[in-house]
Amino acid sequence: MMETLHPNARRDPFGSRINRAQSPLLAYGLPWASILLGSLTPWLPIISPAPVLPPLGLMMILAWRLVRPGLLPLWAGVPLGFFDDLFSGQPMGSGILLFSLILIGIELIEIRFPWRSFWFDWLTASGIVAIYLVVAGLLSGLGLSLDRLQILVPQLLLSIMLFPFVARLVAHLDRLRLMRVRRIS
Amino acid sequence: MAPPTSRRTSSNKRAQLGVFTGYVLAGLGALFGAALLIISIMRPETFNGLRMMAADVASPAGEAGAVARTGSQNVFDAIAGYYRAGSRNAELEKEAEIARIRLAEAEALRQENARLKAVLGITEADTSPVAVARLIGSTSSSVRRIGYISAGRDDGVQPGMPITSPTGLIGRVLETGARSSRVLLLTDSESMVPVRRSTDNTVAFAEGRSDGSLRLRLINLGINPIKPGDVFVTSGAGGLFRPNIAVAVARQITRDGAIAQLLSNPAATDFVVVEPIWQRELTNQASSLRAGEAAAE
Repeated sequence: MMETLHPNARRDPFGSRINRAQSPLLAYGLPWASILLGSLTPWLPIISPAPVLPPLGLMMILAWRLVRPGLLPLWAGVPLGFFDDLFSGQPMGSGILLFSLILIGIELIEIRFPWRSFWFDWLTASGIVAIYLVVAGLLSGLGLSLDRLQILVPQLLLSIMLFPFVARLVAHLDRLRLMRVRRIS
Repeated sequence: MAPPTSRRTSSNKRAQLGVFTGYVLAGLGALFGAALLIISIMRPETFNGLRMMAADVASPAGEAGAVARTGSQNVFDAIAGYYRAGSRNAELEKEAEIARIRLAEAEALRQENARLKAVLGITEADTSPVAVARLIGSTSSSVRRIGYISAGRDDGVQPGMPITSPTGLIGRVLETGARSSRVLLLTDSESMVPVRRSTDNTVAFAEGRSDGSLRLRLINLGINPIKPGDVFVTSGAGGLFRPNIAVAVARQITRDGAIAQLLSNPAATDFVVVEPIWQRELTNQASSLRAGEAAAE
């Protein structure tokens, strides 16, 4: 009867509210899976003579952490960093260390500035990516001269410009994450 | 957006403890990472096996991507060839470049011939390729320049073998898995190759600068004889790379050598050739001699 009056009466943006529930696997697994996928950029068919691609694994972490706070646990940097280290070419351990420090750092920023806008998130992410690129470069043997640090500039600019898109992607994934896909009887 | 209320722990003891535990775990994780980092900087080969296992698992995906890349070379060329400005006539430019490399290599061969004739009795090692493979990926977001190729132990690839493309040297095998290998590209900051000028015997070391160029350091310091446009080829010193593979062309003169542009841009390379280690016989003889001495004692 209700459906004939209003077809969407028993639905919300995540699907039918009758007989359907969210899947825990999707709800908790999708963020991790998407971050791990981001860490696999070295397998993209782009063979570059210089670092050009943004660190997509890190940017996915930042986007999930900033777009949907409280979803990733504080210790998430350890497993995610380890996976990133397996493929990124950085010395093993740099991802674990830097990702952990970054997640702690965002926590502190959030305590200091509880109310944030998208622009502030973008600024935060840009700052973090800039620091990450420089420190990761230093850890993997880039000299500390201005001339050497220049090769990071195109990569950094690309990362900063890409963050809104990654954040938008994560927002879409977040909606997908909460879809009611599990049938309950 | 405001943070979720779960963070405002108020006076709930259990919630407070949860937040505290999170910080402790994250802090311990960071310390663990720092420890691993120190180990892997002191002994870089420690975690190679782990990495190779992971690479073997992921390489089929990379290979599929590399096949797609062949079809859409130009798109990725545009992305990866960031440093090559004005690529309107890239095709022609490339042909001219290959011709120039061939010319320099021919000149180098002529010289090599003359030198070999002077030192009769030394035969050159057999350089039939070990394997032909695709370049399936590279650490394109890290400063380290490490590539992956689609051939491994099963194809006879061993660590140390040189990787070449039609336009010159690409790098050398760092670590082999069953079906894929990690390759230290020439532009990596850890890579060092003995080279010489193709026209004479000006010897130098070519070090990677991780931005698509190499730094040439002359071994005999003095008056710097390098001029922009000079082509450098491998010298064969060290026994790893066979002589006369094109490496780089000098672009800008520095105090102790030059900054040189890499000749074989890995971005434009599809198939690569894995070559055997040049002086394998000598190294094998040396090791068997040592083993014989040990047995005699």
